[in-house]
Amino acid sequence: MQGKFNKLKDHLLTYVLHLADNALIIGHRDSEWCGHGPVLEQDIAITNISLDHIGQARNFYQYAALLKGNGATEDSLAYLRYERDFRNCLLAEQPNGDWAQTILRQFFFSTYQWLLYSELSHSRDEQIAAISNKALKEVTYHLRWSSEWVIRLGDGTEESHTRMLNAISELWPYTGELFIPADYESAAHQEGIGPDIKLLKGLWENKVREVFDEAGLPVPPSGYSQSGGKQGLHSEYMGYILAELQYLQRTYPQNQW
Amino acid sequence: MTTRKFYYGDIPEDAGTGVPDPVGRATSINTGKQGNKNIRTENTVGVSADKKDWPLWEVFIRSKQGLDHKHMGSLHAADAEMAIENARDVYTRRMEGVSIWVVESRYIHASNPDDAESFYEPANDKVYRHPTFYELPDELKHM
Repeated sequence: MQGKFNKLKDHLLTYVLHLADNALIIGHRDSEWCGHGPVLEQDIAITNISLDHIGQARNFYQYAALLKGNGATEDSLAYLRYERDFRNCLLAEQPNGDWAQTILRQFFFSTYQWLLYSELSHSRDEQIAAISNKALKEVTYHLRWSSEWVIRLGDGTEESHTRMLNAISELWPYTGELFIPADYESAAHQEGIGPDIKLLKGLWENKVREVFDEAGLPVPPSGYSQSGGKQGLHSEYMGYILAELQYLQRTYPQNQW
Repeated sequence: MTTRKFYYGDIPEDAGTGVPDPVGRATSINTGKQGNKNIRTENTVGVSADKKDWPLWEVFIRSKQGLDHKHMGSLHAADAEMAIENARDVYTRRMEGVSIWVVESRYIHASNPDDAESFYEPANDKVYRHPTFYELPDELKHM
């Protein structure tokens, strides 16, 4: 009985870390645009979104630190875990590419996050419910902002349309992973903490189809999808992200400002 | 040919409103209008060269219910929807607002500084136009 309880607790911790890692890594990727945005106004917009994600990550890491105990903090979880410990999806860590690719990554991710947080705001776990409920307002805006950009670029010039097509073929293989449950997601679902994410797939595709139709972009068939990120098996980019993200704490342990 | 003077916010009406490709190439996106891009000169105050194709918008924010919208500044955007979202991101990050208005700057007509003397100075010696002789109750704010 004790063993089963511990197992559940482990699953809950991993589940919360998964939520936190997703938010941190896409937030970090978005933050790479800071100072490099295509125009000042959009530089501010993408940086705002980045900060929203990092704020979500902080909330989840704080909760994870509480669950973990042993002196864990939000900082130790973000800055001192190794690549294999991160449970974010592969989509979040994909490079920014051009503006079209960043926009599309955000649109895919925000659609997923909107559906997920809508469900999680009714989670049996009150902490997860409260964090998701608060974050849902931000994500609603991210979804609106990124949808409009997808339409603007897809329905824009030949150049912008082509760039969207390239972004779709680049990122589409990473979308399937979102809806393949990891063991901790299945456990969370059984405990009434998280949704059955397999069921979110249809809703996600509907939203993508709706926006792509307006943008004049084709929806690729769902086929083979890359996966592994949620189990800690990341793409080549993850190491570079962590090298930059964790540099300061690795080089000057315990340093603060 | 007479040269028209341009002031802040004035943009020649037939100036281009095409949109640059956000990745940096000068193309036009989704504007529905094709303007003559060659007429932009140094006359186009307030529009920097690298953004010449996104029109300038003036942003007005209402900080809370019951107050007026106040001019906050200006920004570039391809259309009204983007202008409102940009205004949300640029001007309401610190809870400054509950309502946003945007208007394309070229629709704002400005008075001419050369007219200042005849416009404003006649009011200088007409102190009786100021409602400073009324006592206002303390409860009355924002007058």
